[in-house]
Amino acid sequence: MNGVSRESAGRGSGGHRVRSDVPFFACGIAIAASYLLLIAAFLAADAAKISPDHLLRALGDRNIRYSIVLSFITCTVSAILSVVVGIPTGYLLSRYRFPLRRLVDAMIDIPIILPPLVIGISLLILFQTAPGKWLDWCIVSAFDLSGLNALLAACGVAPVRRVTYEIPAVIIAQFAVAGAFAARALYVAFERIDPRPERVALTLGCRRSQAFFRVALPQARAGVVTALTLAWARSMGEFGPILVFAGTTRLKTEVLPTSVFLELMVGDIEAAIAVSLILVGLSLAVLVVARLFGLERLDGGGGV
Amino acid sequence: MIRVEGLALRRGAFALEGIGFEVPEGEYAVLMGNTGSGKTSLVEAICGLIPIEAGRIELRGEDVTRSRPAERGAGYVPQDGALFPTLTVRDQLAFALRVRKWSRADSTRRIEELAELLGIGGLLDRKPAGLSGGERQRVALGRALSFRPGILLLDEPLSAIDEDTRVQMHDLLASVRRHEPLTALHVTHSSDEAARLATIHLRLSGGRVVCDDGPAKAAAARGGEI
Repeated sequence: MNGVSRESAGRGSGGHRVRSDVPFFACGIAIAASYLLLIAAFLAADAAKISPDHLLRALGDRNIRYSIVLSFITCTVSAILSVVVGIPTGYLLSRYRFPLRRLVDAMIDIPIILPPLVIGISLLILFQTAPGKWLDWCIVSAFDLSGLNALLAACGVAPVRRVTYEIPAVIIAQFAVAGAFAARALYVAFERIDPRPERVALTLGCRRSQAFFRVALPQARAGVVTALTLAWARSMGEFGPILVFAGTTRLKTEVLPTSVFLELMVGDIEAAIAVSLILVGLSLAVLVVARLFGLERLDGGGGV
Repeated sequence: MIRVEGLALRRGAFALEGIGFEVPEGEYAVLMGNTGSGKTSLVEAICGLIPIEAGRIELRGEDVTRSRPAERGAGYVPQDGALFPTLTVRDQLAFALRVRKWSRADSTRRIEELAELLGIGGLLDRKPAGLSGGERQRVALGRALSFRPGILLLDEPLSAIDEDTRVQMHDLLASVRRHEPLTALHVTHSSDEAARLATIHLRLSGGRVVCDDGPAKAAAARGGEI
C-alpha cells in the first residue's frame, strides 16, 4: 500500500524507482486462494450430492450414533495420551544433547512416514508376541479394575476382553500416529522458548522438575493446545491402522472413517458422504472451540 | 565471599584456564573484559550452570564446586533479566520463596520490602511483557535478592538499558548495597559502571583475571567504599 508514495518519493531522490508491491500480494493471495478453493469446492460437491434427508437418516442410524460417540471418546483419549508422551519427548529433544538424540529424532518421524496399513499390520503382529500379550493382559486388567468395563456394560457395549479388534486397538492405532504429530509440535514449541529463565530458576533453588513445571511448561501452553488439537484431528482422520488392527465391527470398533468405509462397501455413496460431512462438521466445531478455549487467556506471554 | 581457584572451562572452541580471584565478604567486585573474553561463562560457572573442567569455587567459605545451582545460594541477574514470561512481578519475587516454602506472611513482608527498595511497588501485578528495560532489571534484581542469598552475580545487567536509566540503576545498586548484606561480582564492559560501583576492580583479559587495584589487592580495595 505504501508502494505509490514510495515510488514517487523514490523518483524524486536520485532516480531509484521502486516498483509496486501489488504483484507480490496479488500472486500470494491467488496461490493461497486456489488451495482454499479446492477444499471448499470438494466439500461443496459433497454437500450438493446429498440432501438433508441423508444427513438426518445417518444421524438417526444407531450404528452411526455409536460411531460418533466412539470417535469422540477414542480421539480425546488418544490426543491426551499423545500430549502426555509428546511433552517430555519434545522437551528433552529441544533442551538436551544426549547420545542417540538423532536416532530418537528420526524415530519420531517413522509413524508419519510409514503407510497407515503398515502401522496396522505392525501393531497386529506386536500384540501376538510375548511382550505384546503381556501388554494386552495389562490393558484388559486396567479396564476390569478401573470399572471401565462395568461402565461399558452399563452402556450396553461389550466389555473389553482383549486389545486386538476391540476398543483399545482403536485408541492404540490412533495414538501410534497422533503421538508423533504431538511430539513434533511440542518439540517446535519448546525450541521457541528461551531456556534462560529455566536456568535462572535453577539458581533460585529449583530442581529440574520444578523449573520445568513452574517456568517452561506454562510458557508452552499454546504449543500444548496446538499439539492436542493436532493429535485429536489426526486421530479423527485415522483409518488404515484401525481397519487392520481394530477391525470394522459395528457397535464395537466402528469409528467415523470406518462408517464411511462400511457405507461405501455396500454401495451407499449418499450415506458415505453424509457421514463424511458429519465428521468434518463435528471435527471443525471441536477444533474451533478447543482453540478458542485453550488460547483464550494467553496474554502475549512471549517475553521481550 | 566468592573465591575461584584454578578454574578451567571450555565452551566449544573457547576456553578459560587457570582463573583465580577472590571477592572478600561485603565487597562489590566489578569484572571487566571485552566481548567474547569469557565473562558470561565465568559467571555461569560460578552459578553452576555450566560444567567446569578443573578448579574450585567457594561461596561464603564453602566449597560449592560440585553443588547443583539450586544448592549454591547465589542470586543471579542475567543479561536483560530473563524474567519468567508467564508470571507476574509479584510471583517472580515470590518464586524462590515458594520453592523454599517460606510462610505466606514472611513472603509478603519480603516482597513489600523489595518492592520498596527497588521502586517496583506499582508493577507487582504486571507481567514482564509490558515492562521497560530498566523495570525488567529491577525485577530481575529483586528476584535474585529475594531469598537473601548474600551473594549476587550480575552478568552485564545494564547493557540493554538506555543511558539515563543506567545512571538511576547505578544509584539503585549502590542503595541495595547499603540495605542488603551483599558480596557481589558484577560483570560489565562499561568502565563508567566500574568507576561508580566497584570496591574491587577486576579485569578478564588474555584468559586471566587481574586485579587493577594494585598489588595489595583486596586489602587495599576494602578502603575504596563508594
